[in-house]
Amino acid sequence: MARLVVMGGGVSGHTAATFARDMLGSDHEVVVVTPNSQWNWIPSNIWVGVGGMTKEEVVFPLAPVYEKAGIDYRQAKAVSIHPEGKEDAETPYITIEYTDEAKSGETEELTYDYLINATGPKLNFGATPGLGEGTNLGEHTVSVCTADHAEHASDELEACIEKMKNGERQAFLIGTGHGMCTCQGAAFEYIFNIEHTLNEAGVRDMADITFITNESFLGDFGMGGIHFKMGGYATSSKVFAESLYAERGMDWILGAHVNKVEAGKVTYESLDGEMDEQEFDFAMLIPPFAGVGLKAFSKDGSDMTDTLFAPNGFMKVDANYNAGAYENWKASDWPRTLQNPTYKNVFAVGIAFAPPHIISKPMSSPNGTPINPTPPRTGMPSAMMGKAVALSVVDMMKGKATEPTHTASMSEMGAACVASAGKGLFTGTAAAMTVYPIIQDFEKYPGTGRDLNGTTGELGLAAHWVKHILHHVFIWKAKLKPGWTLIPE
Amino acid sequence: MGSKHVNHIEPYSPQFGTMIPMGGQKFLRTCVLWQIVRFIAINIRMTILILKSHH
Ligand SMILES: Cc1cc2nc3c(=O)[nH]c(=O)nc-3n(C[C@H](O)[C@H](O)[C@H](O)COP(=O)(O)OP(=O)(O)OC[C@H]3O[C@@H](n4cnc5c(N)ncnc54)[C@H](O)[C@@H]3O)c2cc1C
Repeated sequence: MARLVVMGGGVSGHTAATFARDMLGSDHEVVVVTPNSQWNWIPSNIWVGVGGMTKEEVVFPLAPVYEKAGIDYRQAKAVSIHPEGKEDAETPYITIEYTDEAKSGETEELTYDYLINATGPKLNFGATPGLGEGTNLGEHTVSVCTADHAEHASDELEACIEKMKNGERQAFLIGTGHGMCTCQGAAFEYIFNIEHTLNEAGVRDMADITFITNESFLGDFGMGGIHFKMGGYATSSKVFAESLYAERGMDWILGAHVNKVEAGKVTYESLDGEMDEQEFDFAMLIPPFAGVGLKAFSKDGSDMTDTLFAPNGFMKVDANYNAGAYENWKASDWPRTLQNPTYKNVFAVGIAFAPPHIISKPMSSPNGTPINPTPPRTGMPSAMMGKAVALSVVDMMKGKATEPTHTASMSEMGAACVASAGKGLFTGTAAAMTVYPIIQDFEKYPGTGRDLNGTTGELGLAAHWVKHILHHVFIWKAKLKPGWTLIPE
Repeated sequence: MGSKHVNHIEPYSPQFGTMIPMGGQKFLRTCVLWQIVRFIAINIRMTILILKSHH
């Protein structure tokens, strides 16, 4: 009997654990270590944040699902990895600290034969003074990164709507809270949903809405922009995004590193080196992401965190970390098997793996402040990585292979992104985008770096229907209800 | 088609430098019959993308 331990029960970890459990049979053990008691369909937090859904609609308890599936669930956070075991025992293990009420604070050593790191991002609010402390959101802004944050954001929005109904003008500021953020897509969705909600509430004319972003152009999305096949043109996502903001009467601030948040005001540095301020009554600023801060120790107990992890806390995998300058970057720099190069029984999936470099062109202000989006790893690729690694690990655990048998490279897969622009069965809209491949490959697709037949975008009600249906389909799948294995990632 | 569906755009503002959808385009975005067609098209596109992405 061998044991697979999955750290993190979010999008990629839950996918990995459930597929591994399904395929391993009862000969092997699957353990999930995750601090959360509930699973959250994060994309729908946007709708919770504008009062279009309740928190209860986007979360469900994990324990019964794992019990039914035969997964050993530890509501705990992983603290350290010991890939060589300890002096008197060879078996590798991790240390965990329980977070459930009954055992809160208790620690334990958990041995593994295979380990998948799917711990996602640390929401690093503390990186920007005033945005928050450590992983805690501060008092001046709201967030939609967790279901609880989104619920709070909705209450604050409601209060602003009341003020506008009473004749008080309100300024909204939505975007990224640091020069090194990713997840612009979530900020994009939230600003359009706010605009839509204000319209429906009849107070749009009382609102000034501004987008602030670390992108050097609207529509970079941390992917170096996208060219869509549209109306006989390869149309840049810059035109697509600017058009949407212009149509809805919203302003934008580009290339901004927010370096301070105070009550009602942010201070930011621009790519041209200028410092400026923007006032707000309501602000939602995405924090930068980092690895969750796992440590690694060798057999003799010495710290070897930098062997397993990159300086940003994400785990090293089979990527080319020596690609050098932007001009030399290639699609093949991106990892395929997601296996750690030093410890072959350790893998990282989703946001937890260390990308070889960013995707957008690196930029900095004349003061040397880096201001560029970091690479997104959205739901679909995260789940696909989880499944591919699960399949590889299953083959290795069953003795069918000694090397990974499945790959999930972001340079060989596409992403389907449906970005909500407002909710409503007949009034809602969303942008349905397909991008293939996620990482531009200028050798294979000279010109725009992507296959124009697979890279498309359109805005409309149909895309909103797709988004709404996906909400139910993915929660169905995550609950392991009948037919779940047939639902694609 | 005239420009009655386009709100005032301040000349030389950033918004002035992009394309603005007009009435017909906006109508189609929420026209249920047309959107049923688009719904089918989006699903086909996404299915092809998923098939291409699985290795
Ligand atoms: C507001 C918002 C909207 C989004 N909308 C979309 C969208 O529309 N479409 C899309 O494709 N993507 C969207 N995304 C991105 C998507 O949510 C992520 O790509 C996806 O969640 C990444 O999966 P993951 O498994 O890497 O991380 P997560 O899903 O965040 O999972 C990480 C898990 O690890 C756990 N964990 C943390 N620390 C530890 C530890 N020390 N030990 C063990 N476990 C730990 C966490 O509790 C969590 O359960 C959105 C993101 C946000 C924030």
